[in-house]
Amino acid sequence: MQLDEFFVTGEPLIYAGMVSIALVSATVIFLLTYFKRWKWLWQDWLTTVDHKKIGIMYILSALAMLFRGGVDALMMRTQLAFPDMNFLNSQHYNEVFTTHGTIMIIFMAMPFLIGLMNIIVPLQIGARDFAFPYLNAVSFWSFFFGAMLFNLSFVIGGAPDAGWTNYAPLAGSELSPGPGINFYLLGLQLAGIGTLATGINLMVTILRMRAPGMTLMKMPIFTWSTLITTFIIIFAFPILTVALALMTIDRIFGSHFFTLTGEGLPMMWANLFWMWGHPEVYIVILPAFGIFSEIIATFAQKQLFGYKTMVGAIVIIAGLSFVVWVHHFFTMGAGAFVNSVFSITTMMIAIPTGVKIFNWLATLYKSKIIFTTPMLWTLAFIPSFTIGGVTGVMLGMAAADYQYHNSYFLVSHFHYVLIPGTVFACFAGLIFWYPKMFGHKLNERIGKWAFWLFLIGFHLCFFPQYFLGLDGMARRIFTVGPEWFTLNFLSTIGAFVMGLGFIIFVHGIIYSFRFSPRDIEGDSWGYGRTLEWATPTPIPKYNFATVPEVDSHDALIDMKEKGETTFDRSKLKPIHMPSYTGQPFIMMAILFFASFALVFEWITLAVIGLIGAIVMMFIRSFDYDEGYHVEVDEIIETERKARRMTDDE
Amino acid sequence: MSENKTDALPLEYSTHQGQMNIVGFWIFLAAEIALFSTLFATYAVLFGRTADSPAPAELFEAGTVLIMTFILLTSSFTCGLAIHNMREGSLKGLMVWLALTLVLGLSFLGFEIYEFVHYVSEGAALGSSAFWSGFFVLTGTHGVHVTLGIGWMIAILIQLKQRGLTAVTTRKVFIVGLYWHFLDVIWIFIFTSVYMIGMVV
Repeated sequence: MQLDEFFVTGEPLIYAGMVSIALVSATVIFLLTYFKRWKWLWQDWLTTVDHKKIGIMYILSALAMLFRGGVDALMMRTQLAFPDMNFLNSQHYNEVFTTHGTIMIIFMAMPFLIGLMNIIVPLQIGARDFAFPYLNAVSFWSFFFGAMLFNLSFVIGGAPDAGWTNYAPLAGSELSPGPGINFYLLGLQLAGIGTLATGINLMVTILRMRAPGMTLMKMPIFTWSTLITTFIIIFAFPILTVALALMTIDRIFGSHFFTLTGEGLPMMWANLFWMWGHPEVYIVILPAFGIFSEIIATFAQKQLFGYKTMVGAIVIIAGLSFVVWVHHFFTMGAGAFVNSVFSITTMMIAIPTGVKIFNWLATLYKSKIIFTTPMLWTLAFIPSFTIGGVTGVMLGMAAADYQYHNSYFLVSHFHYVLIPGTVFACFAGLIFWYPKMFGHKLNERIGKWAFWLFLIGFHLCFFPQYFLGLDGMARRIFTVGPEWFTLNFLSTIGAFVMGLGFIIFVHGIIYSFRFSPRDIEGDSWGYGRTLEWATPTPIPKYNFATVPEVDSHDALIDMKEKGETTFDRSKLKPIHMPSYTGQPFIMMAILFFASFALVFEWITLAVIGLIGAIVMMFIRSFDYDEGYHVEVDEIIETERKARRMTDDE
Repeated sequence: MSENKTDALPLEYSTHQGQMNIVGFWIFLAAEIALFSTLFATYAVLFGRTADSPAPAELFEAGTVLIMTFILLTSSFTCGLAIHNMREGSLKGLMVWLALTLVLGLSFLGFEIYEFVHYVSEGAALGSSAFWSGFFVLTGTHGVHVTLGIGWMIAILIQLKQRGLTAVTTRKVFIVGLYWHFLDVIWIFIFTSVYMIGMVV
């Protein structure tokens, strides 16, 4: 293979990308060396099995991916700003919308939420870590290396260009030769291992590690939404695993699952993809609902209205999510009966979702709302998401869908549910729990600026797109005609305003890192209701010195009334902790190498990598490291310091 | 996390961590069921789409497949006996029965490889048609699982030799046992819905 086939050449934007990658990498290496931080990086972060640190790494990676996906979005909006623009050519435009969609769903939304779950769920249930801390590290590194593999594609080998849905036969080896689609298949496959493992890990953690007295119906609602999400992950992700594997085998080993020759069935890809893909939508929205519920209860200073119906609604939504997948391709022509069935199941989802909306409104009703930034994101979510939901019901009507299908009406709809739903929740959750992660709050003034810019930019960007869709503008076209100019131009302005909002948000993080006061309470906002706020800030590595007894889903409210804390000196015992290990990082680095080789169809190298990964599993099997214990003296010292106790206390 | 032992339970359930590992593995098996269901569904959809390649009824042989089925079912039985010996506290019995399970697993694999080679020589390979793609990937995935199970059992046998019966080693044996029985169940579905239907239709 020639070097110019290996690297992508001939595109000024991609050369710029290469230069910036080289510069950023060089800067990072220089800074680590200059400040002698390599050992710190390895010992404190790369080998960690602490759920809080892993969660932080998830969120940092997700923010980086939000930046990458956002740049893709701005490039598309620039291309569509004026009729017949020449900013991106058709091929490059195809690559950009493919990577934008894939990155935002798989490498931004999901890891962001999984990062928040990592940090918060064990704290909410009074656990000291995940059920399987080692596996949790494996999950993170599999996501991280999967994301790196996918992102590599735009400078090495060429980016995938068949849309984030990667439909066959377009994505097959005849119509899309070369490594592009292989990057998609193997990047997702590698990251998928981690998602499934996290699903199992969190489910066992929630089922088996709750504080004494915390029955299922006394769990905080975010933990509930996580539990149901793990259920969806466990039954949906294997379908993606199979679909990706079958297409990989089609492309590399010449089978005929989705090909036009050999009596293959291209539409089977669409079925398999959406049998995973629709539950996936709920994997990224249910935890978001959980986050909003926590924030509303906290800043409305009221118990969540209709806790039991909330739980019921989540369960029903999860069940329905598995039986609606055909609504993504009503126009395939499955027939009136099949389309009617899926149309009805689709519209039924609006019922439990509506229940949740009314529960939130009822919680807010006659309450004393504290307008903090996380609360602003949450309040903006309710009406914005409802617009997305209502247009979703419109799309769900099979007969009408023949009109809306594949138009900007659809594009606007799913951005209206995913951005106010998932992205707002990610921002809200990050700001809300930020003090528990970093020991200081984010600056509220800057946060409000970021919020208003992002919110206004969002509506300016996507509201016109409904009308563009009704005017007949198809999705994924790379130039627009003059009749669509005005609305497209407004939309582009909105996109850049959102981008500005994001930059200000990141500025807020840096500003707060330097100037925010550090000396804050465990219950940092002062209105906390659940156990994560019972821990001191910053949280000790073992989370809870003593695990409290729980008898309602607002456990901290009860503890405050009784004057209890998570530091009861009479009950202290040595705490068992797992050891840090570099194995997960090394194992996944080897699998990254194997997947990279398979992308270029270098079979021998891929097999060597696979054997290496199996050797790593053997090493793990023979590893009988029992961890260590934190002794009582050390716990007392840590807690006294974290709780700023004086000597006589 | 906690190491408190409860005497009433079998050794593999005696620690909280051991219990969680076993629950976790059951959940993993649920995911495996979803995985194999997808493969079975794919196979069913592609059934009959043989293009120019031979039809399954021309190639499937009742004899070989029956032998394979008996070997694998017997291996599940010997695996059960291994766990029984473990519960009785007999390390030697456990290792003998586990080793026998392993030998049976290997002979199953031998037959499967022979069968695949035979089909390919008759003109039915992975790339021959959609049907044969579905067949090879479904049965092949099961075969890869069996192979991994064998490697896993070897690792556990070595650990048993090194450490004897502890809360950790018994938990590992128990989990690999669950895995092995699961593969047996999958094979029963392959035997009925792939081979028996394939021979009749």
